[in-house]
Amino acid sequence: MLLIKGGRVIDPASGRDEIGHLVLEDGKVREFLTGEAPARFQGKVISAEGKWVVPGLIDMHVHLRDPGYEWKEDILTGTRAAAAGGFTSVACMANTNPVNDSPEVTRHIIEKARREGCANVFPVAAVTLGLEGKEMADFSELAEAGAVAFSDDGKPVENPLLLRRAMEYVRPFGYRILSHAEDSVLAGGGAAHEGWTARKLGIPGIPSAAEEVAIARDILIARQVGGKLHIQHISTRMGVDLLRMARRAGLDVTGETAPQYFTLTDAALEGYDTNAKMNPPLRGEDDRMAILEGIQDGTIDAIACDHAPHEAYVKKCEFAVAANGIIGLQTSLPLSLSLLAGGKVTPARLVDLLSAGPARILCLRGKGTLAAGADADVTVIDPEAEWEFGPGDVLSKSKNSPFLGWRMRGRAAATICGGRVRHATIAGVTVDA
Amino acid sequence: MEWRRRHVLGLSDFHPEEMEFVIDTARSMEEVLTRDIKKVPALRGKTVVNLFFEASTRTRTSFEIAGKRLSADVVNFSSATSSVTKGETLLDTARNIEAMKPDILVVRHSASGAALFLSRHVSCSIINAGDGQNEHPSQGLLDLYTILKVKGKIAGLKIAIVGDILHSRVVRSDLHSLGRMGAKLWLCGPATLVPREMERTGAVVTSDIREAVRGADVVIMLRIQLERQKTAYFPSLREYSRRFGLNRDVFSLAKDDAVIMHPGPINRGVELSDELADCERSLVLRQVESGVAVRMALLYLLAGGSHVAH
Amino acid sequence: MKKIGMKKTGMKTLLDGKGVERVLSRLTHEIIEKNKGAGQIVLIGIASGGIPLSQVIRRKIQVIEGVDVPTGFVDITMYRDDLARAGYQPRLKRTEIPFSIDDRKVILVDDVLYTGRTIRAAMDALVDFGRPRNIQLAVLIDRGHRELPIRADFVGRNVPTSRSETVLVRVEGTPEEWTVLLKEDPPGKGE
Repeated sequence: MLLIKGGRVIDPASGRDEIGHLVLEDGKVREFLTGEAPARFQGKVISAEGKWVVPGLIDMHVHLRDPGYEWKEDILTGTRAAAAGGFTSVACMANTNPVNDSPEVTRHIIEKARREGCANVFPVAAVTLGLEGKEMADFSELAEAGAVAFSDDGKPVENPLLLRRAMEYVRPFGYRILSHAEDSVLAGGGAAHEGWTARKLGIPGIPSAAEEVAIARDILIARQVGGKLHIQHISTRMGVDLLRMARRAGLDVTGETAPQYFTLTDAALEGYDTNAKMNPPLRGEDDRMAILEGIQDGTIDAIACDHAPHEAYVKKCEFAVAANGIIGLQTSLPLSLSLLAGGKVTPARLVDLLSAGPARILCLRGKGTLAAGADADVTVIDPEAEWEFGPGDVLSKSKNSPFLGWRMRGRAAATICGGRVRHATIAGVTVDA
Repeated sequence: MEWRRRHVLGLSDFHPEEMEFVIDTARSMEEVLTRDIKKVPALRGKTVVNLFFEASTRTRTSFEIAGKRLSADVVNFSSATSSVTKGETLLDTARNIEAMKPDILVVRHSASGAALFLSRHVSCSIINAGDGQNEHPSQGLLDLYTILKVKGKIAGLKIAIVGDILHSRVVRSDLHSLGRMGAKLWLCGPATLVPREMERTGAVVTSDIREAVRGADVVIMLRIQLERQKTAYFPSLREYSRRFGLNRDVFSLAKDDAVIMHPGPINRGVELSDELADCERSLVLRQVESGVAVRMALLYLLAGGSHVAH
Repeated sequence: MKKIGMKKTGMKTLLDGKGVERVLSRLTHEIIEKNKGAGQIVLIGIASGGIPLSQVIRRKIQVIEGVDVPTGFVDITMYRDDLARAGYQPRLKRTEIPFSIDDRKVILVDDVLYTGRTIRAAMDALVDFGRPRNIQLAVLIDRGHRELPIRADFVGRNVPTSRSETVLVRVEGTPEEWTVLLKEDPPGKGE
């Protein structure tokens, strides 16, 4: 039994935003109480006065690197970082080694997470075998093993006919395809956004069109076959515009962006900083503005950090050969909280982006809400806490982040997953073993 | 002014006085090259390592001769025959060489920013001999020096640069050495090879070679890089040469005393006609001469106090 | 020693313009006498101080012997033995020796002879230009404190100095305005 008392409970899925007390029992939400907190309580009590109490945050785009690349990250360290970042669930991508294109790999991930993990792990399995873009994976078997969606992320599905067939085939089963939308031929081997900064630094550019063309293609294929589509890591203005158009046309297309795309621009590349190298790349200021607009007007459904751990030596090298990607689980929440400044994004909207939205997109039952009977996944957020994200705070095995040394405002004060406390900075609250 | 740089990584942050200082030093060096005994002991006992990860006989030989004229010990390392082919990273290669205590590393690499990256991780001085598509500072300076020798000034000159602007680190260094010193630059080439953003540097961008060359004081032709292209930037060499090659007819639009330059090697008959490459107004060989003097100047300036100051 | 008077800043004038002129005349006569005429002589001024002095000696030889001896100048910066001990490279000056020095009598001309290291560097530079018959040294001031076995053949003035003093030779303007000063460095200032 666990009582979280006195916090502002923000649960957009059940339309709630009020101060009250949440009671968790046997891994579920039992009830929400207003008024005075129960005087005697048989169980752990967490004081959440002055803090927010929200459905456990869900990051639907994470690379846990397990199996196969455990020196970069594994399920234990990845979920530990997730819990510290306030996340009770993560959806992990299939570009492991071996690729998650078989039920054995899917089951390995789920079981290891159950044994050692600090958060729920929902595997996203591959669309094509080996991520090679040639043959479809066995979707039903993978879904039965626990895969919640399908994606070749890391790579796009190059062949439009194959994408069409996959989307059309899974449509009756209700599976969603998550798309890393990139036309790699148009991308032309570039390493940074094609713009003034890349020109100045002599770095070959990736034009915005490489993302835009792919998003348009995927949306139109989804429209053709009536499939369910989700666009990952949107970074361009036109990308947001295309998603908006798809929404207005009534298509079941959802989209996510990552905090780096509304926080940074390609100016972060100065000095050839490889910590700013990622795919899709950081774009220009106009794109950053468009991402913010998309978040504000509801076009974008989710914030997902695309957590991509890499060991030091593949980042400590010349820019052209540096690996793409940054870690993000511990910085996603504070960076997202900065969206509240100016009032265009409300706390409820933010919770939707970080929890209810991902739960809807991936059909995660019992998640993303604090209604009675939902899973006891709760995040207590201290929106005012000021802290510095230093190298010593990083719980990932990898430290590739452009936000190291940043002063942050807001953090997860407690993360409860299945009724167990997985992370806490509140005095007097201990983490459950 | 006092020379305080430990490295020469690019000209983007060089003040005009610094560029003039290097040119002035190069003038003294050029005098050494006219003697019977073309050697001075200034870098005696110093070691210069040419760390070339990209093939280049000309630039490497130029730096080698420059070092030897200053009595330095010059060692050549080229990646084709080395540990790099066994998968050693750039950083490891450089650190291994640094452990042998060279005074100056002259580095050429195919990745933009490679020289800057090395300067952060090794303690000896670095001269960038060309990094990817970023800069080639000694070429920028020798182009400036050559023009000054022949024209006596740089400010106010119209300089046309024609060719693959997009991939040329020489152009990017020239934009600093010539453009910021007061020349008006015209960048000309196929639209696929001349990024529109270049206009932000103050240069004029055009695909009309006649417009670029008309009234020009200097015409710099660039080698058209066939090797770099997986998907073509223009239909064929024939087509390219028609539109963007310099021949006597186009060159006659330039000033009567205009000169032709080329960083080399020349694709005769493609970007530059045979007769123009060898005509009396072609400064190609003088560029090579200036190159040794400028590189001697850079080596001399970087060799000072290196082991004391740090 | 010709004392014009102590200046407030601890400066003493050793020679004024007229004094310099007379000294150079005497040096010129000595050069001509020792070499039995101006034949085979070339003058090489050590940059920068020796250059104007060599020009004056050249003119005086022209007047006395009617011969215009070849005159050039050499920058010894790249031959210094203390390169790389400073924090930065010293600025280069020019060298111009537009004639052969093979089998000639080279008269090196400098303003102040001190440790002798500059002269050693000058001789190293000359050897790269050719093989002179001999090298002779003419200096305006010899201030002592030799660190190498170098001596001048022709000396304008011997001025015993301490290491804390500096000899300043000012050759700007017309020769009438030239001066040679002795400056005392403030106590506590190193070399």
